[in-house]
Amino acid sequence: MDRELSLRAYHQMALIRLFEDKAGEQYGRGKIGGFLHLYIGEEACAVGAIAALRHEDYVITHYRDHGHALAKGCSARAVMAELYGKRTGVSKGLGGSMHLFCPENRLMGGYAIVGGHIPIGTGLALGIRHLGQDLVCVVFFGDGAVNEGEFHEALNMASVWKLPVVFFCENNLYAMGTAITRTSAVTEVYRRAEAYAMPGQRVDGMDVEAVYRATREAVARARGGSGPTLLEAMTYRFKGHSMADAVTYRSRDEEAGWRPRDPLPLFRERLLADGRATEEELAAIEQAVKAEVEDAVRFAEASPEPTMEDVLTSVYAPCRACSE
Amino acid sequence: MLITYREAIRQALRELLKDPTVFLMGEDIGAYGGAFAVTKGFLEEYGPARVIDTPISESGLVSAAIGAGMAGAHPVVEVMTINFTLLAFDALVNHAAKIHGMSGGRVDVPLILRTVTGSGNQLGAQHSQNIEGHYAMVPGLKVLAPATPADAKGLLLSALYEPNPVFIAEHFALYNTKGEVEEGRTFVPINKANVLRAGADVTLIAYSRMAIVCLHAAELLAQDGIAAEVLDMRTLRPLDLETIFTSIAKTHYAVMVEETGKGTSIGGSLIAEVQEQIFDALHGPIRWVAGLPVPVPYNKTLERETIPSAESIARAARELVNA
Repeated sequence: MDRELSLRAYHQMALIRLFEDKAGEQYGRGKIGGFLHLYIGEEACAVGAIAALRHEDYVITHYRDHGHALAKGCSARAVMAELYGKRTGVSKGLGGSMHLFCPENRLMGGYAIVGGHIPIGTGLALGIRHLGQDLVCVVFFGDGAVNEGEFHEALNMASVWKLPVVFFCENNLYAMGTAITRTSAVTEVYRRAEAYAMPGQRVDGMDVEAVYRATREAVARARGGSGPTLLEAMTYRFKGHSMADAVTYRSRDEEAGWRPRDPLPLFRERLLADGRATEEELAAIEQAVKAEVEDAVRFAEASPEPTMEDVLTSVYAPCRACSE
Repeated sequence: MLITYREAIRQALRELLKDPTVFLMGEDIGAYGGAFAVTKGFLEEYGPARVIDTPISESGLVSAAIGAGMAGAHPVVEVMTINFTLLAFDALVNHAAKIHGMSGGRVDVPLILRTVTGSGNQLGAQHSQNIEGHYAMVPGLKVLAPATPADAKGLLLSALYEPNPVFIAEHFALYNTKGEVEEGRTFVPINKANVLRAGADVTLIAYSRMAIVCLHAAELLAQDGIAAEVLDMRTLRPLDLETIFTSIAKTHYAVMVEETGKGTSIGGSLIAEVQEQIFDALHGPIRWVAGLPVPVPYNKTLERETIPSAESIARAARELVNA
């Protein structure tokens, strides 16, 4: 990554980390309801992969989606307002944490049926192909989703039709609370690519630049007409599956082993070490991010609630050119 | 012109394909020509980019159509039979039906899904279901079940202008039936029931093939001096209650007719709406003539007995009016 991109990536990672800390805090205070799945520890995945995309390229993701939304350019204000269930939220307060939609940034939603959105990502790429556009789609999903039938159907179709899509598995080693070793006959997810005659690659998901490089290559293949790629980013969820998770299924030793691989300090140290950024620049970014998150909370607090009319008018899209 | 239900659908598909965002996708719709020959010859005519043969992956292909619609295309999916749509139930119910609402109305899912419903062909329990009613219970979907060639064409054409997922159940036993259909782009509004036959004594309410069977029942009733009005619902979601209420307000008697097992479609909901909203118009209980709620048996005689007939519908109407 060049200096400019590096600073932007650092800004996004720092923003996601602080945003998630704040979201967890506000959840504890009862300001945010429902389920809340934090992305802390996995920031390098969304930021590195999305850095390899153009603004017009599509992203579709799972329910742990705050990081993808922020990296795709949705404002911290609109994402926080969505968590608050406010009308100014990205999904007007009707979607919630798990269903962030920013079509203007080509974030086509977070989905809460594990694996169900993977073939929709294949479909976005099918739409791109049909409309003759020079775009790609990146589909994010977890290691748990690869045992759903939709994973198989989506990868097979994408490869048969050589569609411009990148399948990005965030392998944090646990499907909710069940270790991948207990659920998958083949625990190296990238090897499953072979079954679909597409390239498969494992990358260090705690290294934003490694993620960026691998995704950039996969995106170039997709855009160039060579079809899909399966990427597997090895990462770790520092918090529980959701706020309700007591994390009884993994050892404190294991967690401690991942701490030194925290993607934020790793990237920070690298930027300082190779002179891409100064301590002052990074400190300024951290200050700016803090202000951004505080502003997002104030915005969410002050925003109006959606109305029942918003609900009733969102069941169906209005017919814009009806025959009647 | 007098054409078949199949030909009417073919004409509508040709009209749809004039829109460059439209493409057809489904299992065996191209090289094979469609399991019910609806798209026969289309692959040669329109090419593989417009007529896409898919893997046998119902969940995947319906989901892919959802995604393509979200990207701005307008996919027209054929699922070979309605029984197989259950493999795409998640795609339709959890995704297609929810995306517009849970995005706060910001993302549309324009998608037309055509599939084939019906029992009565000795195909066994897994190929003899009429489960369009399951989908009719899902807010976010529009569900159509045409009975005539004109409606099969006109409803499909109207679906092109819908920025919503539209589920169309075609009945296999209707493909070779004929009816008058206008040439060119003819539209039938989605959400309007149709009076197939006017009458003053009793209202027979049905959709798809059963609407046609109700016309036969009306003939039988006419021999007894009972003038039956036959209402073809055409759209199962949203329900056109207004047309149904208007008819019952006139006849004061109603028979709800469904091919599928009693309680497995939306007849019960419709009956509940009638009794709640226009109870005073009724001069007797609403009769509910539906199939038997069983896994449909293979045996020819027994299978026939699981499905309402013109005779069983006429009998119920006669008992009601003469009570």
